[in-house]
Amino acid sequence: MRGMVRRFDAILMMGLGMAIGSALAAQEPGVRIGLTYTPGSQPGIYLVPVRGADGDSVRRIIARDLEFGHRLTVIAPDSGAVVPTGRFNYPLYARLGAAGVVQLVLQADGSALVTLHDVVAAQAQETRRFALPGPRLSPAWRLAVHGIADVIEEWVTGTRGVAATRVLFVRGGALWRIDSDGANEQPVPGVGAALGPAWHPDGRSIAFARMRDDGTSVVVHELASGEERRVRTGAPLSLSPAFSPDGKWLAFAAGESGTDLYVVPVGAWDEPPLRVTVGRGSTNAQPTFAPDGRRIAFTTSRLGRNEIYLTDADGANPELLTSTALTDAPYRADPAWSPDGRFVAFSTQIDGRFQIATISLRDRAVRQYTTEGINEDPSWAPDGRHLVFTSSRTGTRQLWVLDTESGRVRQLTRGAAARMGAWSPRLLSVP
Amino acid sequence: MKSSRTFPLVLAVAGVLTACSRVTPKTEPAPATPAPAVASAAAPAPAPVPSSAPVAGAPSAGTASTSVGDRLAGATGTVAGRDLATSDPRAVLTEMIFFDYDQSELRSEARATLDAKLAFLQANPSIRIRVAGHTDERGSDEYNIALGMRRAAAAKRYLVDLGIAESRIAVVTFGEERPINTESTEAAWAQNRRDEFEIVAGGTGNGPA
Repeated sequence: MRGMVRRFDAILMMGLGMAIGSALAAQEPGVRIGLTYTPGSQPGIYLVPVRGADGDSVRRIIARDLEFGHRLTVIAPDSGAVVPTGRFNYPLYARLGAAGVVQLVLQADGSALVTLHDVVAAQAQETRRFALPGPRLSPAWRLAVHGIADVIEEWVTGTRGVAATRVLFVRGGALWRIDSDGANEQPVPGVGAALGPAWHPDGRSIAFARMRDDGTSVVVHELASGEERRVRTGAPLSLSPAFSPDGKWLAFAAGESGTDLYVVPVGAWDEPPLRVTVGRGSTNAQPTFAPDGRRIAFTTSRLGRNEIYLTDADGANPELLTSTALTDAPYRADPAWSPDGRFVAFSTQIDGRFQIATISLRDRAVRQYTTEGINEDPSWAPDGRHLVFTSSRTGTRQLWVLDTESGRVRQLTRGAAARMGAWSPRLLSVP
Repeated sequence: MKSSRTFPLVLAVAGVLTACSRVTPKTEPAPATPAPAVASAAAPAPAPVPSSAPVAGAPSAGTASTSVGDRLAGATGTVAGRDLATSDPRAVLTEMIFFDYDQSELRSEARATLDAKLAFLQANPSIRIRVAGHTDERGSDEYNIALGMRRAAAAKRYLVDLGIAESRIAVVTFGEERPINTESTEAAWAQNRRDEFEIVAGGTGNGPA
């Protein structure tokens, strides 16, 4: 592929002519022309080399984001390839297998002008200017570049990408974070000890359990200010917080001889939490909300073994979810409700080891995704397609990312052991 | 923190030397030796230890704990096969109990270990303890935090049901976060599924044990 691309670059160089600007002027904004996306297909997108000191960095980040998104096939020639400056030779890109061409021009003011060309229609389809907050290569700058990749993915597929996200995780008992592409791995400033982190849907605050010598309790932490509130429960243990998708409620487990689920309105931390489950001494923990906020999946030991249950958010209609096709060792835990509402991902014991599986809420069909090592604690990306989970397959526990459509995995963290990954919501509010 | 196992013994011997000439009053509040109260349970990663640590095996310890031993031996003789007259109170109170996989029910030997603690707690109303529940590394990390609490609460409930005031027993869980043995073997897991007991008040009385 590489060789082919290089051969055609010489031809591209000759394709001078009409300015891109006039092609853009001819396009009515917001109108889709020829580039259509069929789920399951992976249209080829040609990433034109980017001029400027940061051009290679920008293009490399975007190319990797699109690859990690698994919805597009990236066609990216060597950075030394010639940058087309005039009229696009659309038939050439078509022969390279590209349905779209992305052209990115770094502006003098530090912003980036990005254009998606529809190869079939032979014209520019979308264009937008993106601010890139400095300093270059800083976490904020990288997040903005990830945001470009996410919008490109949305232009082509109709679904916003998930590159501009981060994953919280626990390393050595402390809270860390990492960008979705594995960059910027660092402790979350001002948090310290934490277990079982969860994101508020606005991406600005998080919750986790903090284990101390005198007890473990749920703490809500605002990322910008570092302000913390311990959730009042009156019990010696509270853990496994989860925010409702509308951001208005925090669910968690609390108790002593057993734990039950409770909910409390976000911000109303002095109000007594409302009890959701009646566990009668069993463990009821790890709540996860349905996208509409009306149902909660959770782990319970009320049957004498660990299973995933469903309940209405007010406690009505509890029912066993994980009952069929799971006759091996009786242990299910770590439920995570997919953002599209269709699945609950969880850990299940198979041949003595824990593996990642999903269960369909429509027909209760179970699909197992992992076999190698011990695999636990799934957390969905906001696209409802990718999962981050903990795996021991390399000998230490590390975070891995799974594409539930292709089954492909990639390692996210390296180094000291990492676990309890929590995938953030989209962190950029690009319109 | 590994040296914490030898501390009480050294101090117990020291206690004998000063205690021999004195008459021990019946109302002696604290039979425990004056070892640091935080010595046992708070160790982040203690070395593997046998499940029962007969710290009071030294010849002089029998003399040191006579007053407590008299009271307890008169009532129950021996507990869990140990002669209370030769047991160091601190060692008895801090002896761990162990659990089956994913269970918080007390085994019979765990109940016997708790019976021994019960006697000391009844005899010394000023002592307050903290029970810390732990799990092995298998299973959900978060679920194990809750399981550890159930294990701590099971020990507390047993002692409370036998008459110890609830306010004297605090419970805490460390889930799978603080293993005794970090290996991934059945033996290590069995060591890690435990309750640890820490004396948080009343165990540092300055009288002879």
